[in-house]
Amino acid sequence: MRTKGTAAIVGPGNIGTDLMFKLMRRSDIIEPRYMIGVDPQSDGLRRAKSVGLEASAEGVDWLLAQEELPDIVFECTSAKAHEANAPRYAEAGILAVDLTPAAVGPYLCPPVNLEFNLDAMNVNMITCGGQATTPMVKAVSSVVPVPYAEIVASISSLSAGPGTRANIDEFTETTSAALEVVGGAERGKAIIILNPVEPPLMMRNSVFCAIPEEAGEPGELQDKILESIHAMVRTVQDYVPGYHLRAEPQFDHARETWQGMARVFVPIEVKGRGDYLPDYAGNLDIITAAAARVGDIMVAHRLGVETSWKSSADLGDAPDAIVETEKAGV
Amino acid sequence: MGDMTIRPEDAPKVDHIVTESEVLENLPKAGGETDLRITDSTLRDGSHAMAHQYTEEQVRGVVSALDRAGVQVIEVSHGDGLGGSSFNYGFSKVDEFDLIKAAVEEATQAKIAILMLPGLGTVHHLKKAHEMGASVARIATHCTEADVSIQHFGEARKLGMETVGFLMLSHKASPAKLAEQARIMVDAGAQCVYVVDSAGALVLSDAQERVQAVIDEIGPDGAQVGFHGHQNLSLGIANSVLAYQAGAKQIDGALCALGAGAGNSPTEVLAATFERMGIKTGVDLGEVLSAAEDVVRPFIPRLPWMDRASITQGYAGVYSSFLLHAERAAARYDVPAHAILQKVGEYGYVGGQEDMIIDIALELQQEKERMALGDLAAAGVR
Repeated sequence: MRTKGTAAIVGPGNIGTDLMFKLMRRSDIIEPRYMIGVDPQSDGLRRAKSVGLEASAEGVDWLLAQEELPDIVFECTSAKAHEANAPRYAEAGILAVDLTPAAVGPYLCPPVNLEFNLDAMNVNMITCGGQATTPMVKAVSSVVPVPYAEIVASISSLSAGPGTRANIDEFTETTSAALEVVGGAERGKAIIILNPVEPPLMMRNSVFCAIPEEAGEPGELQDKILESIHAMVRTVQDYVPGYHLRAEPQFDHARETWQGMARVFVPIEVKGRGDYLPDYAGNLDIITAAAARVGDIMVAHRLGVETSWKSSADLGDAPDAIVETEKAGV
Repeated sequence: MGDMTIRPEDAPKVDHIVTESEVLENLPKAGGETDLRITDSTLRDGSHAMAHQYTEEQVRGVVSALDRAGVQVIEVSHGDGLGGSSFNYGFSKVDEFDLIKAAVEEATQAKIAILMLPGLGTVHHLKKAHEMGASVARIATHCTEADVSIQHFGEARKLGMETVGFLMLSHKASPAKLAEQARIMVDAGAQCVYVVDSAGALVLSDAQERVQAVIDEIGPDGAQVGFHGHQNLSLGIANSVLAYQAGAKQIDGALCALGAGAGNSPTEVLAATFERMGIKTGVDLGEVLSAAEDVVRPFIPRLPWMDRASITQGYAGVYSSFLLHAERAAARYDVPAHAILQKVGEYGYVGGQEDMIIDIALELQQEKERMALGDLAAAGVR
C-alpha cells in the first residue's frame, strides 16, 4: 500500500510557489513533484527546479503525457484555464484543488465543509476573502439563524495580482455566494477594498451578521455565539497560524433600519506565515494554506491513510532561510 | 489716501427701484452653448448626508428642479455607489434602482448618471442601472488602483453609456501618478477622468496641478477632465474655478453643498461664480437658486458644515463619507469623532474602509480606559 501521494502545481506564480513550499514543509503525505507553466523564462519554474521538482513550460499537455501521473493537481492559473483543464484531470483520474474562481467543483472551506466533500474529484477554494470569512459566518449561523451576512475584505494593493484586478467582480460574486452556501447565511454580500498604504496593511476582514433581536442583548445566546466564534478561530489557526480576532466581536442592539435585526461584528486579521510571500499578504497565505490542507486530507482519504499534517504548533516559526532568500515582491 | 467718506450729496441718484422679479428676469437662462458642464450630485454624494434615507418624492422633486434649471447631468445612487446599501455604509431606505427609475422619468433634458465602485458594485449593477434608463456611468477607484475598473468601462461602453472615471482621494497621489492612472481609465474606455478631492484636502495649486497633469496626459486623446470638490477646507468653489482655468470641462456640485463631510461645492454657488466670471454653464441661476432654497433645503436634516470633525477630515486627508460613521462610533464608544478621524488619516485608510472606524473607536476606548487606570494608580489606588 502506498502511504504517499504526488502533486502537480499548475501555475508557477506567487500562489503556486507559496503552495509548493507549504506542501514541502508541512505535508508528510504529498510530495510536490511537478511544477507546470507556459513560459520557459518563468522564475517560478526555475525556483521549483532548484528545490527538486520536475518543471515544464509545456503546460498541461506535458503533464498528462507523463508516465507517472500525480494523485492531485493544484490549479493556480485562471478561471478560464481551469474550466478547460478540469475535464482532462477528471478523465485522467487526478484529484483537483482549484484556487481560481472557476468553481467547477463545490466551494470548500476546510473547517466548515471538508468532510462532506471528501469524495469529490474537484473542489474549489472560493476566494481569499471567502476562506477568511465563511468560517465566522458558519460559527454564528450554527447558533442562530443568519438572514444576511456581509463581509469587507481589505487587502494591501501589493498583494492583489493582475488576475484579481482584471476580474474583481468574480471576487465579490464568488465570495457572496460562498457566504450563503458554505457560511449558512440566507443572503450574502462581499466587498473588497485595495489599500496602497506603506508599510502594507495586513489582510483585514470585517464580518457583519444580522442576528435575531434577542442575540443582540447580553445573555446566554450571545455567550454561545461568542464561544462558537472563538472555537472556530482556534480551528482555523491550526492551518493558518496568523488568523486572529483584531478585537472582541461587537454586538449591536436591533435597529429599525436593519429590519428589526440585531448585529454582530467580527474583525479578523490575517498575518501571512511568510513561507514564501511577505507576511502582510495574509490573503494569499490563507488560500494556499487552506488548499494545501485540503489536498493533504483528500490524498490521505484516497490512500486510506491518516494525515500527519504539521499544525502550526509543531512547526514553530517560518524558516529564515526561505524567508530571506525567496521572499520577493508580490 | 484721502477722505473716504461718502457724503449724502455725493451718493448716486436712484430713480428706479429694481424689483426682485426684474433681477430674476435678467439672470442667465438655461441651455445654449456652454464652456463647461456641471454634474449635480445632490442625489448621490448627498445621500451620505441623508444617511441614505432619500424618498422617491424627494428624488423626483430635486431632479425636476435641476432639470428645469438646465443642469445637464444628475447623479443618482447610494452614496457609496451602486450596491452600497449595506451594514458597512448604511442601508438605503428606498432601493436605488427605484430612485434611478424615478429620476429618469422626471428628467426632460438632463441625463441621469450613476456612480459605481468596483469591489463593491459589479457589472450586474451597471446593467440594471442602464435598464432603468441611466445613461452616464461614473466608475470610481482609489487614485492608485485604476486597473480594477477596466472591465467596468468596457461593459459601460458596450451598453452605449457615456463614461466618466473617478480617481478618489486624489490628494494621495502625485500629479504624475494621477496622470498615469487616468491613462489606464481612458485606455479602458473612459471619456472623461475626474480629479476627485474626496477628503476636501487639496489646497488650490494642489488641485490645479493635478488637473493640469491629467489634461496633459489624456487631453490629446480628446478625453475630458473633471473636478469633484469638497468643502472641508472651504475650497470647493475656488478649486473648481482653478480646475476650469487649467482646462477642466466637467465640474461637480451639490445643491446646498449636500454631500459627505462638510459637503460638496454648492451647485448654486458654482453657477453664480462662473456666471460672474462670464463662463457659460448653461444653468439658469434663478432656477438653480430656487432648487437649492425651496426644494432641497427644507428636507435637509442637518446642513453640511465645516466643524471640528469635517475640518479634521480636510486637514488629515480623510474620505469625507467617514464623518457620520465616525460620529456614530463616537457616540457608541464614548470617544471623540475628530480623534477617530485623525487616526483614520494616520493609518491611511481609503474610501470604503468604514469598518475600520469601529476598530479605531475600540482602540481609543481602550487607551482611555488605560489612561483612567493610570490616573488611579498615580493617585495611589491599587
